[in-house]
Amino acid sequence: MSATGIGAPVRRKEDQRFITGKGQYTDDINRAGQAYAVFVRSPHAHATIKRIDTQAAAKSPGCLAVYTGADIAADKVGGLICGWMIHSKDGSPMKAGAHPVLAQGKVRYVGDHVAVVIGETLAQARDAAERVTVDYEALPAVVDVATAQSAGQAQIHAEAPGNTVYQWHLGDKAAVEAAFGNAKHVTKIDLVNNRLIPNAIEPRAAIGEYDPGQDSLTLHTTSQNPHVARLVLAAFIGLAPEHKLRVIAPDVGGGFGSKIFIYAEEVVCLWAARKIGRPVKWTGDRTEAFLADAHGRDHVTTAELALDGEGKILALRVKTKANLGSYLSTFASSVPTYLYAPLLSGQYNIPAIYCEVDGVYTNTAPVDAYRGAGRPEATFVVERLMEVAARQTGRDPAEFRRKNFVTSFPHATPVIMTYDAGDYEASMRKALELADYAGLPARKAESAKKGMKRGIGFSAYIEACGIAPSQAVGSLGAGVGLWESAEVRVNPTGSVEVLTGSHSHGQGHETTFAQLVSQRLGIPIDQVTVVHGDTDKVQFGMGTYGSRSGAVGMSAIFKAADKVIVKAKKVAGFVLEVPEESVDFKDGIFSSTATNKTLTFPEVALQAYIAHKFSGAQLEPGLKEGAFFDPTNFTFPSGVHICELEIDPETGTTRIDRWTAVDDFGTLVNPMIVEGQVHGGVAQGVGQAMLEGAVYDRNGQLITASFMDYTMPRAGDLPSIKIAMTSTPCPSNPLGIKGCGEAGAIAAPPAVINAITDALGHEDIAMPATPLAVWRAAQKSPTKMAAE
Amino acid sequence: MFFRKKEADAAPSVAPGAGTAGTVPVSMTVNGRAVSADIDPRTLLVQFIRENQRLTGTHVGCDTSQCGACVVHLDGRAAKSCTVLAATCDGAKITTIEGLAKDGKLHPMQEAFREHHGLQCGYCTPGMIMAAVDIVNRKGGNIDEATIRHELEGNICRCTGYHNIVAAIRAGAAAMGGMRQAAE
Repeated sequence: MSATGIGAPVRRKEDQRFITGKGQYTDDINRAGQAYAVFVRSPHAHATIKRIDTQAAAKSPGCLAVYTGADIAADKVGGLICGWMIHSKDGSPMKAGAHPVLAQGKVRYVGDHVAVVIGETLAQARDAAERVTVDYEALPAVVDVATAQSAGQAQIHAEAPGNTVYQWHLGDKAAVEAAFGNAKHVTKIDLVNNRLIPNAIEPRAAIGEYDPGQDSLTLHTTSQNPHVARLVLAAFIGLAPEHKLRVIAPDVGGGFGSKIFIYAEEVVCLWAARKIGRPVKWTGDRTEAFLADAHGRDHVTTAELALDGEGKILALRVKTKANLGSYLSTFASSVPTYLYAPLLSGQYNIPAIYCEVDGVYTNTAPVDAYRGAGRPEATFVVERLMEVAARQTGRDPAEFRRKNFVTSFPHATPVIMTYDAGDYEASMRKALELADYAGLPARKAESAKKGMKRGIGFSAYIEACGIAPSQAVGSLGAGVGLWESAEVRVNPTGSVEVLTGSHSHGQGHETTFAQLVSQRLGIPIDQVTVVHGDTDKVQFGMGTYGSRSGAVGMSAIFKAADKVIVKAKKVAGFVLEVPEESVDFKDGIFSSTATNKTLTFPEVALQAYIAHKFSGAQLEPGLKEGAFFDPTNFTFPSGVHICELEIDPETGTTRIDRWTAVDDFGTLVNPMIVEGQVHGGVAQGVGQAMLEGAVYDRNGQLITASFMDYTMPRAGDLPSIKIAMTSTPCPSNPLGIKGCGEAGAIAAPPAVINAITDALGHEDIAMPATPLAVWRAAQKSPTKMAAE
Repeated sequence: MFFRKKEADAAPSVAPGAGTAGTVPVSMTVNGRAVSADIDPRTLLVQFIRENQRLTGTHVGCDTSQCGACVVHLDGRAAKSCTVLAATCDGAKITTIEGLAKDGKLHPMQEAFREHHGLQCGYCTPGMIMAAVDIVNRKGGNIDEATIRHELEGNICRCTGYHNIVAAIRAGAAAMGGMRQAAE
């Protein structure tokens, strides 16, 4: 391993600008003549708009324009789309209502977009927005996912009777019922997967611009996937054709899924920029982020696990109601279906699985992918069931898991996935050792002496990442392919620009991608620049989410670099005057058995461009290659996280004493960055388990709409994290990478809740296990467990 | 009269809050440079820094003084610039993230954040670093993990899980302490 190659903990190239305040986030950009947009949002969860009076606003000082849904409709601006078609079990397509960018006569959640005011200054736009008067006729709100489909509930979209978007299923119902009939033991649990608000620290922002000379539009936006945004804005919303629309996502301050989606504000800024002939900038404030960024999770689930007398799993049955919110966001439909149920086999041999999911509309913010997206929900179901089943049948939770681990690969689960590689036993063994599982009884006794309750919780997770094989997702309803593209452009002096369709918003691609290319081409890492996030520079790409940028994005770069080497060898053959086939390339040096002369990579690059040593008939000049990489399977990162904590039953305070993470991500490009991803993921998972929860009151008012009300994990809430790795390289991409971005968020919630329930001695606690909830739970006497 | 009445369009530099009838003159030192402007009295310090001075390293993450992305040093102490009116800073000395490195050399806390991978998306980072320097100024170079975690109550990071931020601040604190000793 070289000091900067694959596997080296290279310090990040991008950090220089971030630590000196020189990052360029969307709100840092101002365009000449720019005006400011402020949105008038619905204060009601569900209401009919009787009248909008914009006159006073229009006369307000500095007000340039006020637009409502009527203006959007008059200009035939299309609505927002959901890009994944789900079919119900009866074969019918999902029932989706329209998703207008500005409300068309009805509002469906608090924060819904009613009008936009454009002002000379932000303050003037705000002042004018306050003068827009809207007459609403409030309607009953539907808030609770568990009862949203009940008779008598208000109807949110006429297209979706009973507020039901789909009733979907996966697996073999008959086989599962037969297996449950033969079971010696059935463990049944009811779970709520709490609703989360992503809260990237950079609020979303957008600047729309119109160039009348070119008749083209430019959008600066906080996006994880600018090309997908351009595609949707062009093809579905119809603002401009793709070649007349440039989307730039500069430095983006965190995404976690929430910046994948195409939102109303971006559409409105572009559309309004053309209407007023000036750039239009919108920067969301935190309240808007709480109200109108897509939320995550929000499932209500009943799950049952059937066991034989030896503790082997026979079958799993799951019924889930998934809250999709008031409108279907960009990938909303896929999250509780194909990103959820296919992971219900966990790391285990489960002969039969059947899962039913109802996707449900409510008068709440749209719900879509949030770090892990479906897979944390699945892992919570599986790992809570495993822990409870172990307790109920008197088995050690680690041993019970081991007994049921998948041990041979490839392994086809009953829920459409084929696991390609893994060694679950290796991760478990290492985790038990690092966590000093053997010493737990002594530590429990020590805690008990102090009047504290100590508990341990396991989470043996698996995820499907490297999203995704295009053909496979196409057959499941995806509207797009999920390959990635790359271009490697070698300059005549031998420096290299790597253009990627992936997008970095904290992942460190400018470093890791450069590590790969520097190693492949044998040039110093500072000779490599990574270019991303601009549709005028990078031809196309699918962006960053689903832990895909290493497995899919870097594989595309790998392929493109290989093509560069093939071409460079041809050039070297001409220069060295040897047959091309005899040219070898290693560590940046071209050599041949036919000569003792050698060439460096920059020398060959220069020769490729001056083209003096070969004719145009023999070879094209230049050195620039592109590639698309479409994986043949998902990747399957897996691991074991162990949470050990101590509860003070007097106060309900829970302190995580030690966190052990053993992960198998396949090849690690930069272990420092990988560990950072695990830290951040665990923090979000611990947040879900102990602190975070979006709460709407029965009228649909979001009562956790600020950092004062919604508990973000602070430094003092989190433990130091002990991390170790195992590695079974992924066979479906050339680098063996599995992906690491979501693992922590997927693994952590059940580890925490399993530990808390272990400490309490009963299972009766929901997420988030706040001090109040833990204190209440600690007042209940422990269930007499079979183990005791 | 408190407000010096001026025509809005005559103001030499206008923060985004400006444009109404009254402006107020303000002078301060930002990163060692004397600056002055006539501003809308509603202008927040963070707006003055970002929009008037075009120093965009100071970020806004919540505008309710919870997240700490906007932390700057106001007369040598950490302050959340999203909750301070620029007009109240007349005569003040402000240091922003852009003013931390001296003579092209990074501040040891900046170095420590890079060395210990104390940042991912970078958005909370300027506020984190400015808060970290302030913690060391108040608590000294030899601070333990528990103290650092407690002191970071007012700075939210969504990316790192704080693990490496804590490591970076410990290292940065030690380096700052070392520098101070060397100077003494």
